[in-house]
Amino acid sequence: MQRIGVFVCWCGSNIAATVDVEAVSEALGHEPGVVFSTNYQYMCSQTGQDMIQEKIHEYGLTGVVVCSCSPRMHEATFRKTCEKAGLNPYMVEIANIREQCSWIHKDKAEATEKAIILGRAAIAKVHLNAPLTAGTSPVTKRALVIGGGIAGIQTALDIADAGFEVDIVEKKPTIGGKMTQIDKTFPTLDCAACILTPKMVDCAQNEKISIYSYSEVEAVKGFVGNFHVTIRKKARYVKEDVCTGCGLCTEKCPQKKVPNEFNLGMDNRRAIYIPFAQAVPKVATIDPNYCTMLKTGKCGVCSKVCTAGAIDYKQKDELIEREYGAIVVATGYNPIKLDQFDEFAYSQSPDVVSSLEFERLMNAAGPTSGTLLRPSDHTHPKTIVFVQCVGSRCDGAQKGKPYCSKICCMYTAKHAMLCREKYPDTDVYVFYIDVRTPGKGFDEFYRRAVEEYGVHYIKGMVGKVVPEGGKLKVQASDLLDNRQLHIDADMVVLAAAIEPDESARPLATMLTASMDTNDFFTEAHPKLRPVESPTAGVFLSGACQGPKDIPETVAQAGAAASKVIGLLSKDQLTCNPCVAQPDELMCNGCSSCEKVCPYGAITYVDKEFRGPNRTTLLRRVAQVNPAVCQGCGACTVACPSGAMDLKGFSNKQIMAEVDAICR
Amino acid sequence: MSKDNMIETITRISGVNPRKCMKCGKCSGACPAYDEMEYHPHQFVSMVENGRIDELMASKGIYTCLSCFACVERCPRNVEPAKLIEAVRLAVVRQQGMNHLAPETIAQMDDEQLPQQAVTSAFRKYKK
Repeated sequence: MQRIGVFVCWCGSNIAATVDVEAVSEALGHEPGVVFSTNYQYMCSQTGQDMIQEKIHEYGLTGVVVCSCSPRMHEATFRKTCEKAGLNPYMVEIANIREQCSWIHKDKAEATEKAIILGRAAIAKVHLNAPLTAGTSPVTKRALVIGGGIAGIQTALDIADAGFEVDIVEKKPTIGGKMTQIDKTFPTLDCAACILTPKMVDCAQNEKISIYSYSEVEAVKGFVGNFHVTIRKKARYVKEDVCTGCGLCTEKCPQKKVPNEFNLGMDNRRAIYIPFAQAVPKVATIDPNYCTMLKTGKCGVCSKVCTAGAIDYKQKDELIEREYGAIVVATGYNPIKLDQFDEFAYSQSPDVVSSLEFERLMNAAGPTSGTLLRPSDHTHPKTIVFVQCVGSRCDGAQKGKPYCSKICCMYTAKHAMLCREKYPDTDVYVFYIDVRTPGKGFDEFYRRAVEEYGVHYIKGMVGKVVPEGGKLKVQASDLLDNRQLHIDADMVVLAAAIEPDESARPLATMLTASMDTNDFFTEAHPKLRPVESPTAGVFLSGACQGPKDIPETVAQAGAAASKVIGLLSKDQLTCNPCVAQPDELMCNGCSSCEKVCPYGAITYVDKEFRGPNRTTLLRRVAQVNPAVCQGCGACTVACPSGAMDLKGFSNKQIMAEVDAICR
Repeated sequence: MSKDNMIETITRISGVNPRKCMKCGKCSGACPAYDEMEYHPHQFVSMVENGRIDELMASKGIYTCLSCFACVERCPRNVEPAKLIEAVRLAVVRQQGMNHLAPETIAQMDDEQLPQQAVTSAFRKYKK
């Protein structure tokens, strides 16, 4: 028989105002096995914890029930308290009489009765608790960063700076991400490439960092501290270690009509290409969809001109297996496709462009070498209309995204300002619903666009754009003047909503990391654990977690790195002892548990058992790897013969709780 | 009818929740009959939300609305302003005490040529 102590917490007035704590401790004191019962104002305070320890010694307690807040809040606190007093920490049970009782009830008598019932259930469970000992697992001191944009780069640099090895996996031929395509950065208007490319070079030169460009994560197994990852290094048909990046092949390749994705298809590249001048690694890549040699076997020009002999048409995808202690997701974002918003005539006129395309049209390395020209006839636009919130802040049910994309107000102000600065004879209109510019120096930046640069900000929305006679007829509302506007524009720029990269969803499945309905990764706690995924060992960096600008992304990338460093600096991790355990005598070898286990913790072995009359039987039974099991309990539900049980949450314990509640 | 009742009636008839509107004005940007109306699509929504339905009912603009549904099609929040206008038009014809027909006058109006259906629908519209 256990000797149980019950400690009822008031939580100031949080519990005591709705629950008669005196009555609860009195009633629970009469439960079988309870040798001591009391209540106190703040059980989690030092005095409260001291009292628990004192009573464990005084009454020789073998089990403790704390009636307080949610176990998410203070279970760990009270387990530590009891452990210090010599009690096994798994002999502590929490009855949640705050979130599940006092906070949701108004009637004191009812709440008190419920608190007593919850306490009784916890006592019934403690009677069946057994001491559990947590094992440990080693930590592989290497981190994986998935995505090589500014988020991934910053995280990798910070982790490497602390002395740990980091691998960056980037699906494009170069690292750098979206920031490489951006012309200037708000609110300081410094050149994006000038501040990004030194960081890209740092990554390449840092001996702790390995870059797997043109590669994708294929499979992830294992658990925190011990991830086993398969990386697919796609064939680029160029030997990375031999190519010098001289670029001769990219000039001689006869296939000239390949849409250049770096300039969003607004100009062409060759079938063998280096995405841009400062690419890292600066290595050519052959696009198999356009290369004549790969498609028909007849060409081979690049191979002939390459003095280094780097071209290898027979190259195959390579699978690389690696062990990691931590994984950082930095998969970033993309602007949405605009085909559902054709009232703005995006598909009907080349002069209607997205903001990212406009970014390229302003950039010196862009298709117009930095001179702003209309894509249709290469003339200078005199009237430019910017439309904000295209696809953002929609109902979301049919088209668009329900969230604010956060960055558009600022980059549109930037575009408008740059237009007016470079081409003072242009008329620039910005149609907005709300101007959202919180951030250091951000609102001042937007006001400067209006006050100093004379950008026409109009509260209202464009209803339709009709291409007609070389112009774009823009019909819009001006809500403050209460009139409808008709503008003959030369260019229309759409601030498209941003969405997570399409690789995020399958990656989340591989990592068993949770996502929200918009495919942004969910953080472990929206305020207190913003860079961790709820899945242990998986961290979040940048826009994969939500829309973010560059300063925020860099800040979050550093935060994610510090969490990774904290994990990798440990030699051992304490495992959760509440893992599944099969009763081999009841297991029928059906494999149901193996199939449902999301962590791959269950395997089957053939084992000898003693049969009747001194015979031996060979039976197939389940085995759980306690280091891999996360204690989710899926197998205990799936097992048809009831052989699988979760330590600390056995079927017996749960039934005892139910019985106590229904008594 | 009280202000709240009027709001309730219009939202019930139309199935539109005017509170979903985020005041972007895309409806008014899309409207081809904008200049023909004293109140514009975005105003319909806020006037219903604020209970200014009497003013809307008295407005000629509700008959100028073409019901082209451009505002419904373009609204990013699925508010459907054109459906509100249709509901206001219905509210006008369904007004209490504004009967065009009194039952006792039917006998005098009786005419061999008058279709039965016309009388029935006249009642449905005007007598409530």
